[in-house]
Amino acid sequence: MNTSDSEEDSYNERSALVQSESPTIPSYNQDHDMSLPQETDTKRVSRQRRPVSSGLAEPEPLEREQASTPDGEEEELTLKYGAKHVIMLFIPVTLCMVVVVATIKSVSFYTEKSSQRLIYTPFEEDPNSVGQRLLYSLLNTIVMISVIVFMTIILVVLYKYRCYKFIHGWLILSSLMLLFWFSFMYLGEVFKTYNVAMDYPTLVMIIWNFGVVGMICIHWKGPLRLQQAYLIVISALMALIFIKYLPEWSAWVILGAISIYDLIAVLCPKGPLRMLVETAQERNEPIFPALIYSSAMVWMVGMADSSNPDSADERRRNEGGARAQEGVESEDDVAQGGRRRYSAEEDLEEDRGVKLGLGDFIFYSVLVGKAAATGGDWNTTLACFVAILIGLCLTLLLLAIFKKALPALPISITFGLVFYFSTDNLVRPFMDSLAAHQYYI
Amino acid sequence: MTLAVFFGCAFIAFGPSFALFVFTVAKDPLRIIILIAGAFFWLLSLLLSSLVWFIAIKASNSQDLSLQRGLLIFGVFFSVLLQEVFRFAYYRLLRKANEGLAAISDDDSSTISVRQMAYVAGLGFGIMSGAFSMINILSDSLGPGTVGIFGDSQYYFITAALMTLALTLLHTFWGVVFFEGCEKSRWWVIAAVVGLHLLVAGLSLLNPLYEGSLPPVYVITLMMGVWAFFSSGGTLNSLNALCTRRKAEAESS
Repeated sequence: MNTSDSEEDSYNERSALVQSESPTIPSYNQDHDMSLPQETDTKRVSRQRRPVSSGLAEPEPLEREQASTPDGEEEELTLKYGAKHVIMLFIPVTLCMVVVVATIKSVSFYTEKSSQRLIYTPFEEDPNSVGQRLLYSLLNTIVMISVIVFMTIILVVLYKYRCYKFIHGWLILSSLMLLFWFSFMYLGEVFKTYNVAMDYPTLVMIIWNFGVVGMICIHWKGPLRLQQAYLIVISALMALIFIKYLPEWSAWVILGAISIYDLIAVLCPKGPLRMLVETAQERNEPIFPALIYSSAMVWMVGMADSSNPDSADERRRNEGGARAQEGVESEDDVAQGGRRRYSAEEDLEEDRGVKLGLGDFIFYSVLVGKAAATGGDWNTTLACFVAILIGLCLTLLLLAIFKKALPALPISITFGLVFYFSTDNLVRPFMDSLAAHQYYI
Repeated sequence: MTLAVFFGCAFIAFGPSFALFVFTVAKDPLRIIILIAGAFFWLLSLLLSSLVWFIAIKASNSQDLSLQRGLLIFGVFFSVLLQEVFRFAYYRLLRKANEGLAAISDDDSSTISVRQMAYVAGLGFGIMSGAFSMINILSDSLGPGTVGIFGDSQYYFITAALMTLALTLLHTFWGVVFFEGCEKSRWWVIAAVVGLHLLVAGLSLLNPLYEGSLPPVYVITLMMGVWAFFSSGGTLNSLNALCTRRKAEAESS
């Protein structure tokens, strides 16, 4: 099966962990909306913000004053919410892994080796010769990583030169493929496994509804939880495709190589992912929501002026999780003004959440899924799961310390790989012997 | 039949720890992190002890069965010692983290006390230890057939579940007592915990003579429960107050 290039690119730049934007720019609030602001929309809103802001000259300096709170206070805030953010990422990562492992263990389709391969791993591994297998897996990795690097560079170049329509089209194509074609395949395999009879009209209706709601939630506006659920589902689907179509040894080498690439791409000054994140932050735009999972919960703790009906509206809209329509502009202006007015007084209490790229979800799930696929040992799967979570925890700790976009793959994947190979080869025989004699440690 | 065994053993082995998790740990993100880090530390200790055992196995004659069994027993005791070493290491890490948390919080006190951390760390160790002992057995119990065809005991699954439950609770209690002993620098407490762990592992060597292993282990579990209760600050008065308050509430309602 030849996968299209679109989702190739759509996951590669998803491997970045971006800290929540600094709490000093209250207007950024707007950008946490799950809706993908069409560029014209953003420009329209920001153009309107300026007249609003000039009208509210007084709160503005107040905001800036609070913007320059001493570092210690900001650090305190960041670390105070640190544990909560970690859990807000643990849950979706765990859910994605659970979906992948459950599918792998029950639906045999994803563990059957087929003769088809992705075009990105053209060399077929020969199980008989170790040296040749190793060589071919290295070559496959080189091909795959070069494709990823190439796609990322193209994406960054397009983003820099503001070819937003092209990028949106690309992303929409890739999500279309994931939401319709891959989920159709998945559903088909699940039905085959459980021997469920299904007719095409029902299936078409299910897939159509699933896909269309998914497209709307991911690329436009939708309830936060639904959008998060869809992002988890498409990451799981993508991970399952990788587990099926990547050859055995190539998959492990690719996992290692991509975490090294992630490290370079996000930390090096000229790294593509870093440039992408910095450009997005410069322009005050969110990175495409189709690529990033956001755990953003925006709430205003305490109301400075509860009699202000606009702020109350804003709060209700935010708490509802639904993203308000920016249809009526005057209402939006007033709402913006209202929010900025009291957010200036209360912005210390806002929580921005933290974002994790979808590529990270995908590769974590690939690692755990492959651990579950090879052999019937659950201990290996569990060990990889714990290792990845601890790696994520450490990465978030570093994020709290350094306060800039960090790669989320290296630490977790390293731990995961170490634990996979050591548990599979060392711990498994030990635990099996213990279980055979019923000795307990 | 197999499904019943699966669910029964799963609930026996993991019911109490799952309940403890849901009611005491799940609501607080910091505790969840401490739990998972505890599980990670236990995993590290298991990894190292498996490495040592594996090297010993590879270096020895694989045909000599009694030697292999002897090496396995050595592996068991070495693993127990290493687990306790890692428990101590985790204690040190948590103390440092606690100081860090206290330093950056508003009122100079951390949001979580050492006793709570001791409990959660012990629970983390216990859950991971239980999961590693039991999950493969559970997944096998689902499958077609059951154990016992070669003369093995038919009570394999249920005794495994009971032993896992005991060990999970024991790890929790040991965590509490151990950390308390470290805090108060009472080294005999630490020695007692290590000794009891070795004793429990040694008792499990008596399997499949289940009468010799399960009842003593449960007696030890009960004793440790009482010790942990008193060590973490419980008193007979507080127990009494709990009962009388319940009675008073029941009477007043």
